[in-house]
Amino acid sequence: MTASAVPAGPGQSGPAGRPASAVRVPGPWAMAVRELRSWLTNYRRTWRGSIYSSVLNPVLYLGAMGIGLGTLVDKHGVSALGGVSYLVFLAPGLLAAGAMQTATSESTYPVFGSVKWRGTYLAAAATPLRPADILRGHLLFTAMRLAVNAAFFILVMAAFGAIRSAWVVLTIPSAVLMGLAFATPIEAFAISRKNANDFAILFRFGMIPMFLFSGTFFPVSQLPAWIRPLAYATPLWHGVALCRSFSLGTASVAGTLAHVGYLAAIAAGGLILAQRCYRRRLSV
Amino acid sequence: MGLPGQQFIGSELTDPAGSVTGVPDPDILIRATGLTKRFGEFTAVDGVDFELRRGEAFGFLGPNGAGKSSTMRMIGCVSPPSGGQLSVLGLDPVADGVAIRARLGVVPQEDTLDLELTVRENLLIYGRYFGLPRPVIAERTARLLEFVQLSERADDQVESLSGGMKRRLTIARSLINEPEVLILDEPTTGLDPQARHVVWDRLFRLKQQGVTLVLTTHYMDEAEQLCDRLVVMDGGKIAAEGSPRQLIESYSTREVLELRFSTFEHDQAAEKLANAPAERIEVLADRILLYVANGDAVLAGVRGLGLEPLTSLVRRSTLEDVFLRLTGRRLEDG
Repeated sequence: MTASAVPAGPGQSGPAGRPASAVRVPGPWAMAVRELRSWLTNYRRTWRGSIYSSVLNPVLYLGAMGIGLGTLVDKHGVSALGGVSYLVFLAPGLLAAGAMQTATSESTYPVFGSVKWRGTYLAAAATPLRPADILRGHLLFTAMRLAVNAAFFILVMAAFGAIRSAWVVLTIPSAVLMGLAFATPIEAFAISRKNANDFAILFRFGMIPMFLFSGTFFPVSQLPAWIRPLAYATPLWHGVALCRSFSLGTASVAGTLAHVGYLAAIAAGGLILAQRCYRRRLSV
Repeated sequence: MGLPGQQFIGSELTDPAGSVTGVPDPDILIRATGLTKRFGEFTAVDGVDFELRRGEAFGFLGPNGAGKSSTMRMIGCVSPPSGGQLSVLGLDPVADGVAIRARLGVVPQEDTLDLELTVRENLLIYGRYFGLPRPVIAERTARLLEFVQLSERADDQVESLSGGMKRRLTIARSLINEPEVLILDEPTTGLDPQARHVVWDRLFRLKQQGVTLVLTTHYMDEAEQLCDRLVVMDGGKIAAEGSPRQLIESYSTREVLELRFSTFEHDQAAEKLANAPAERIEVLADRILLYVANGDAVLAGVRGLGLEPLTSLVRRSTLEDVFLRLTGRRLEDG
């Protein structure tokens, strides 16, 4: 052990106490990418299992419900489904619902745990990263996972013959956008929690009803009229509608803009809220 | 980016640029005036003043809840002050937090390591937070792991490390950006004695290298070993300031005579000793402390009074005695 092995003394800016306002602060996205890379380093240990389930889940669901249940449904006529088989109707809905699930699971326990269990957010907050950089870094990671999962889902759909249009590739950005509309407000919720049990309430009363009643498994028009507005208000319904319109090749400019605008507004509002909550939690 | 081998002391002597930067005194790295931190109704830090000079090891000694950690978090620019002035590296922590944090090293009270990753990966992630290129991180990682004696564990999961090893890894991590000031919040709390000594040894080496250290502790031996200068903190306020020796000279006597009596005799002995030739007497629950210049002489006098303690000990004054004198409480009492 020699003395010179230790980094000592002033590092970045010399001994002269040079005013650090001369130090250039990197742009916000460059800072967010630093946080993204920390999530990616972490992901290196778990990506195999995660890819496995992003292939296996669609296979199981499309097999059991699309084909198994679908055979029964198709016998009773498919006019309510827009004249396509149940498998073709269901697949893009499941893609969107899967994106909701990915976004939700990524923005609950991992966020909470980064403060309470692993402390990695606290470590990052002691470095040049600001709370907003830490948030955006994780959102980038979430967006990346959403895109990868959607891409695998499309491959499985193709294998099942459940795609009707090449526009299906646009389900990837649709899934990412809808996922972020979930992730941003849920990140705000998650970082503010004192207790992880609160997430069970979110799943029970938020995610599961949405999963079942937002147009994934059957058209919302089948619901009683009084409850339909509630379904139309969910981000999942807009995500399902977008993905389905691209997968079936029935997308219209006006409809697409309306769905994208609605989801973007929620994502933007959620981002502002989450930035505030991250700052309140990490800079106290 | 400073040269890796650049030593602070040498460069200070040879680089006159420091005097022409327009900063009033480039050697004052941190200056707090009336610094205050409130959480709702509770005032954690209640108007403290202190200055940290380049190259010194400066300590905050006090029990749990004294406001030490809150002060450290304000210095570390992760907690905005509620009042007073604070300047860190000549900058404003609220406006220039990013630039300041880039030049600080932080060892938090609780390790915030990623237990599922390897030792090396933890340093890689942390180095990236500072925007360091991978080859630089790799080179520093090798050097730092050697310094904290963890080279053999580089590719092990952090989970498998002992508490002392994790602490040393946290210290290595805090040095990855070659910080100008290293902030340590209770660096050895929760470690067994042997692990504490290893950590102290490493921190002492850093100090010898000229790294500026700020640390909090509620161990008086830690403060005496590591700090050139310290403040005694209690209830959010600074009770005294000086070098360990100055504090002991100002607030205590050269020697302390510790007497322990049987439970029955304790109170009676305390009464009799009230007039003993001591500068000050502290009657604790289990012991009586006499603050004197010559312990052995006073012990003979005590026996002359017809008192026979179960045990007696003559020792030098410590910072614990200073704290007792200043606050009327012992450090561990919190």
